Amino acid sequence: MLSLRRRLNERGVLGLNRRNAEYISLHNPRRRFPLVDDKLLTKEIAIAAGMAVPELYGVLERQHDIHDLPAMVADHKQFVIKPAHGSGGNGILVITGRRGARHQKSSGEWLEQSDLDHHVSSALSGLYSLGGRPDRVMVEYCVDCDPVFESVSYQGVPDIRVIVFHGYPVMSMLRLPTRASDGKANLHQGAVGVGVDLSTGTTVGGVQGNDPIQEHPDTDQPIAGLSIPCWDHILELAGRACEITGLGYVGVDVVLDRTRGPLILELNARPGLNIQIANRRGLRARLETVHGVAGRGASLADRLRFVRERFAHG
Amino acid sequence: MKKLHLYILAALLTASGLGLFIYKTAYLGFPMAPKAEVEVWTLQVRFTVDARTGPVKATLQLPSRPPSYTILDEDFVSRGFGLSTREGSESREVEWAIRRAEGQQSLYYRVQVTANKERGLDPDPAPALQPAEPALEEPFRTAVATVVAEARTHSADDTSLAAELLRRLNDPSPNENVDLLLSGGRSPGSRARVGETLLRAAGIPTRIAFGLELQDQQRYAVFTPWLEVYDGKRWVYFDPTSGRSGLPKDVFIWWRGDRPLISVLGASNPEVQISVSGSFAEALEIAERRVGLGGSRVVEFSLLKMPLQTQAVFRVLLLVPIGAFFMVLLRTVIGIRTFGTFMPVLIALTFRETRLLGGLALFVLVVGIGLGVRFYLERLRLLLVPRLASVLIIVVLILAAISILSHRLELETGLSVALFPLVIMTMAIERLSIVWEERGAMEAVREGTGTLLVAALAYLVMSLDRVQHLVFVFPELLLVVLAATLLLGRYSGYRLLELRRFRALAER
Repeated sequence: MLSLRRRLNERGVLGLNRRNAEYISLHNPRRRFPLVDDKLLTKEIAIAAGMAVPELYGVLERQHDIHDLPAMVADHKQFVIKPAHGSGGNGILVITGRRGARHQKSSGEWLEQSDLDHHVSSALSGLYSLGGRPDRVMVEYCVDCDPVFESVSYQGVPDIRVIVFHGYPVMSMLRLPTRASDGKANLHQGAVGVGVDLSTGTTVGGVQGNDPIQEHPDTDQPIAGLSIPCWDHILELAGRACEITGLGYVGVDVVLDRTRGPLILELNARPGLNIQIANRRGLRARLETVHGVAGRGASLADRLRFVRERFAHG
Repeated sequence: MKKLHLYILAALLTASGLGLFIYKTAYLGFPMAPKAEVEVWTLQVRFTVDARTGPVKATLQLPSRPPSYTILDEDFVSRGFGLSTREGSESREVEWAIRRAEGQQSLYYRVQVTANKERGLDPDPAPALQPAEPALEEPFRTAVATVVAEARTHSADDTSLAAELLRRLNDPSPNENVDLLLSGGRSPGSRARVGETLLRAAGIPTRIAFGLELQDQQRYAVFTPWLEVYDGKRWVYFDPTSGRSGLPKDVFIWWRGDRPLISVLGASNPEVQISVSGSFAEALEIAERRVGLGGSRVVEFSLLKMPLQTQAVFRVLLLVPIGAFFMVLLRTVIGIRTFGTFMPVLIALTFRETRLLGGLALFVLVVGIGLGVRFYLERLRLLLVPRLASVLIIVVLILAAISILSHRLELETGLSVALFPLVIMTMAIERLSIVWEERGAMEAVREGTGTLLVAALAYLVMSLDRVQHLVFVFPELLLVVLAATLLLGRYSGYRLLELRRFRALAER
C-alpha cells in the first residue's frame, strides 16, 4: 500500500485532499464561487466577455412563472431545463421532441406538460440545489451534437471538460453519455470519460467509473483515436475562463454544436479527479509545471503554445 | 508560514489540554478509568470516662496536616458536651466540656482520610523557633554532648547526623553514654524522646509525631512514635526504634509534640479505643472532595459542579466532538462517502438511545418504509416542503406503530425511540431518495451503507465507557482532539480509498 502511495506520488497524481487544500482553497477565492455555482451568472459573464454559450430562452424564478413555460418553448421543439444551482448534472431535463402537448425526453420517454411543470416546480423549490435553497430555472437551447461523436455517444450530448490553471489548460477529457448515465455527460452517473491529447485534440483511452475502458459500453465503438474538431477554438474558450471568473483552478465544460461550434456549457470551481484516470496522467505534475510559469502575463496564444508543447501525450 | 502557524497552534492546544489532564490525574487524583475506586480509611477514637459529678473537660489531639493523606470528613459525637477546636501551627485539638456530668461518658471522634497520589502536594512550613536546648542535669548533659560530638564526626549534614545519632541510640551494644540516656526506659516512646533530646541538642529542629498504621478492621489500634526531623527544606521521618528514615505509605501521622492524645479533667478511668477500617469509594467523588478541600479552583469550574440535568446533557454533547473527529478521520484519511457531513454522527447519537443492533434495524426499517412512501408521494407531484412535511408525519406514525408493536411483542428497542432521531430519519430519507433518483440505487445504497457504517463505528467509539468518562471528567482533552482535527485539516495525502481508485495510474 505504501509503495502504491509512493508510485502515485511519483506520477504526480492529485488526491482529493490536496486538490481541496492546495488548489481550490488557495487559488479559488470563495467570493468568486457564486459566479460558477450559479449557471445563469456564468452565462451572463460569458456573454459579456463575448464567449459563445447556448442561447437562453428564458428564466423561471417563481412557482408562478411555471405558467410561462409553454409560451417560452413554443418555438422550440428541443430545449433544456436546467436549475441554475444544480450540481453534478442534477435536475437537468433534456427535451428532444414534441407531439401535441407531450414532450419527449432524450431517453425517448414521453412526458406530459404536468410532468414538466412538476420538474420545474421541484427545481424552483430547491430539490437539486445545495442545501435545498430555492433556485432559479433556466430554459435554454438544446445543443445539436456534432456528428463526429455519433458513434460513441448514447442519446445525450458529449461534452469536453478542460481543467484550466491560471489561464493554462492543463488536462482535458471528452465525456460521453451512456445508457447508465441516462444520456447525461456526468461521470458520477456512469458517463464515460475519454482522455484527450491536449496538443492535438485526439482522444486516447477512456474510463467508466474508475475502470479504464477502450470501447463505448453501449455502441461498442472504439473511443480512442477520435479527432475533436475545432480544438484550437475549444482551448481558447477554456483558456479565457480564469480571467472572466477570477478563479485560478477551474473546470470548463464545452459542448460542440453541429452549427454553432464550441459553446461554454458551464464552469466548475471543484472539478473532479477522474480526468486523471481517463488520461492516465497525474494532474499535480502538470499543475506544478504551470505554477512555475503562471502569473507572468503571458498572452493566451503563448499560454496555449506552452501547454501544447509541454502536455502532449507521448 | 501558515503551516508553521498551524503546528504551533496545535502544539499549544495539545500542551494545554494534556497539561491540565496530567495535572488533574497525577496531582488531583481524578481517575482515568470510569468507576475507579480509592481506599478511604475511617479512623475512630472512642473514649469513655467516669465523671465525678461535676464539670468535665476532655482534650483530644486531632490530626493536623497529616503528610500524604487528606482529611475528607470528620465528626464529633458526644452527648451534652460543648465542643471547641483550637488550631496551632503544629497541632489541632478539640476540647469537650460539660458543666455537670455523672457516670460513664462516651465521646467519639471519627475522621475519614484518603492517601494522596503525590507526596509533593504537602507544603512543609519551616518549623517555628525551637525551644531552647533542653535544660538537662548532669550527668545527662555531658552524655548528650558527648554522643552528639561523636556522631558529628561521623556525619556530613543534618540528615546524616540524625541518622547517625539514631543508629547509636539503637545500637544493640550501646556505649555507656547512650546506655545512660536510655536508663529512663527502652520503649519506643522513650527512645523517641531521647532521640528528640539528642537531635535538638545537635541544633536540628526535631519533634515527635504519633502515627497510626492503617490496616483494615483494627479494633484496638495503637500509635507509634516517629521522629520528624527538619532537614532545611522538609520534614524527614525517622523510626526511633530502628533509625531508618522515611515514612511508610500506610502510616497516618495523627498528632505531634509532647502532649498526650487525651487529657481529662474532672473524670477518672479514661479508656481509649482506636479503630481503623478501610472501604472503597468512587475515585471521582473523592478527588472532587479532596480538591474542594484544598481550595483548588479546578473543581469549581468543572462540569462536575453543574446541576445533574445539565451534566446529563453535557455527557452526550461532549461526545459529539469525538464522533466528529472520527468522521474527519474516516472521510479525509480513509475516504468513505456518507450522506451529509455530520449526519453519521447524529445517527450515532440516536443509536445511544436505541443500542446498536436495535438502532440499525430500526433505522433501516423506518428509512426503508419512509423511502417507499417518499417515492409514492413523488407521484403525487407535491412541492418540496409539503413533501418533506408529509414524510416527517409518516415517520412519526411509523415510529409510533413500531413502538406499539414492539411493546405488544415485549421488545425493548422500539420503546426507546426519542424525539431527536425523528428529524434525522426524515432528513436521511430525503437525502437518500434524492441520491437514489439522481445517481441511481447503487450509489444510494453505497452512500447509505457508508453512512451507517460510519455511524456504527462512531457509536462504538462514543459508547466506550472510558471515552465517555474521559471527555466528561477531562473536557480539556477535547483541545487535543481539536489540535488533531486542525492538523488533519491540512492533510493533503491520498485518501486510502483513492489508492484503489487511482491504482490504474500507478501501472506502467
